[in-house]
Amino acid sequence: MATTTNLLELESISKSFDGVRALDHVNLTVGSNEIVGLLGDNGAGKSTLIKIITGFHAPDHGAITWKGRRLEHVTVQHARELGIETVYQERALADQQSLWRNIFMGRERTRRLGLLDLPAMYAETRKLMHEFLRFTSQAITPESFVGSMSGGERQGVAIARALYFEAELVILDEPTMGLSVTETRKTLDFVREIKAAGKACIFIDHNIFNVHEVADRVVLIDRGRIAGEFARAEITVHELIEAMRRVAETGAIEGSAA
Amino acid sequence: MTGVGQEGTGVAEALPAQARRSLRELISVRRYGLQAGTVAMALALWILFVVGASGTWLHFDIYTALMSTVPLTGIIALSLTLVVIAREIDLSFGSVMAVGAWVFIATGEPVLGLLAGLGAGLGVGLLNGIIVVRFGIPSLVATIGTWFFWAGIVLYGTGGNGAGTEFASGFVRNLLTGRIGGYVPAEFPWMIGIGIVLWVLLNRHRFGAHVYLVGDNEQSARMMGVRTARVRIAVFALVGLSAALAGIMSTLESNYFWPTVGSGAMLPTVAAVFLGGTSIFGGRGTILGTVVGAFVIGAIEPGIVSVGWTGLLTQVIYGAVIVVALVMQALVMRRVQH
Repeated sequence: MATTTNLLELESISKSFDGVRALDHVNLTVGSNEIVGLLGDNGAGKSTLIKIITGFHAPDHGAITWKGRRLEHVTVQHARELGIETVYQERALADQQSLWRNIFMGRERTRRLGLLDLPAMYAETRKLMHEFLRFTSQAITPESFVGSMSGGERQGVAIARALYFEAELVILDEPTMGLSVTETRKTLDFVREIKAAGKACIFIDHNIFNVHEVADRVVLIDRGRIAGEFARAEITVHELIEAMRRVAETGAIEGSAA
Repeated sequence: MTGVGQEGTGVAEALPAQARRSLRELISVRRYGLQAGTVAMALALWILFVVGASGTWLHFDIYTALMSTVPLTGIIALSLTLVVIAREIDLSFGSVMAVGAWVFIATGEPVLGLLAGLGAGLGVGLLNGIIVVRFGIPSLVATIGTWFFWAGIVLYGTGGNGAGTEFASGFVRNLLTGRIGGYVPAEFPWMIGIGIVLWVLLNRHRFGAHVYLVGDNEQSARMMGVRTARVRIAVFALVGLSAALAGIMSTLESNYFWPTVGSGAMLPTVAAVFLGGTSIFGGRGTILGTVVGAFVIGAIEPGIVSVGWTGLLTQVIYGAVIVVALVMQALVMRRVQH
């Protein structure tokens, strides 16, 4: 049944914590150049789902398929090697360190004896600044401190880092949280860059407008179950809000509440 | 490895060379502001001493003296710089000096004793790291504990008695404390050499990159795959190794092993690191700053005596220097984070 273009397929994934069911037979697919927006209330199971994909939690039940191959016992390291990168809410940056040190954090380019290959890291950082981050200010160099950048720029650094290390699927966990309107715009532009770079993305956000704006497909999660899926082209943001309201009330979209 | 693109010229390279240079200068002033302040302070102090006691400070002897005394704290301060950058502290090194020197003396054999003494220091340092990292005890408290513990072990083991160093009269003595060309104490090139090695480690090696990252944001570093526990343990091990070397040097320099060797090392060593601009908040610091800091701290006592003040003022000046250094740190931090 699965089409060959799917990058990731989750089939009937279930997960319980101390007898509380966090995910209940969840099916989810992500296409190879698709942005999937994940919407759901707090506690709906978004984080648990993400942590299963990144190998942080093992599912109790169900199958994970990556590029048509069934995965068993995914670990964080394994998921990363496959090309699944997560940009966490906290962004995992070191504020007092330079841009290049942040980009290459934990994966420094080295020559023999573990000596740093500074010219290569500088050149790659400049290239990322130029082509992906599109930093217009000439005051920003590979040596600039990340802590002196704006929230949106910092989000860009975290996303650029994920993409640089050959991520094929970038998972963004609430990337616009705490950002101003302009910073949010910038972050949404970065999500579009992921698409333009030919990669896939799972985009989690509380803000329906943000998700609707950049996602190719929107998936609603409610109380551990997939409550609905919409192609962005087929639903307006107002219809989406209405669908979410119905889901919140009845747990289903085609609910017979009315 | 290249995900987004291959080699290429970026924005910065397209800038005119002059603009690029001034940009770089601007950044380096912010980045090295603390070190520049330390160097300026060192120069001011030196001029004060030269003016106040030119008989002493325009003569080579005082510098020979400093080159033999400063490295004893300086060598430890260099390693301690890495610990502080990693947002930890080690106060136990004074008694690790005694452990290293005691093991060296106890073997009664110079080369074997040197290796055994260094090994003991490394082991004690590793133990510090393991206590702090594996049991999650704040390093300030943990190393105060090990400081007293190891000082006590040495006192108990020696019965409080010292010992001569006659057994080590040849190669090892010359290697560690000889006078090069009859003037330059070997301690000085040792300190410079260790400084260069640690500079390369800190600035041009993956290990140093991880030290900065751990001190800046340990959780971020861990999420990005840095093995933070290993890095933190390793910096403590380095201090242990350096302290043992300094303890053995100190013993050879004074030709006698005192079980209390290193008991006065704590204040000037820690002061040298902070004066050198290494941030108490972690993630920031330089080797050059610590070298300058160690010499400034080392020059304070002979300096105030030579200009005719009482040596009892030494601690007052140490204290003032530390406070001024920390205030400078806080001011520069605030400017960087605007």
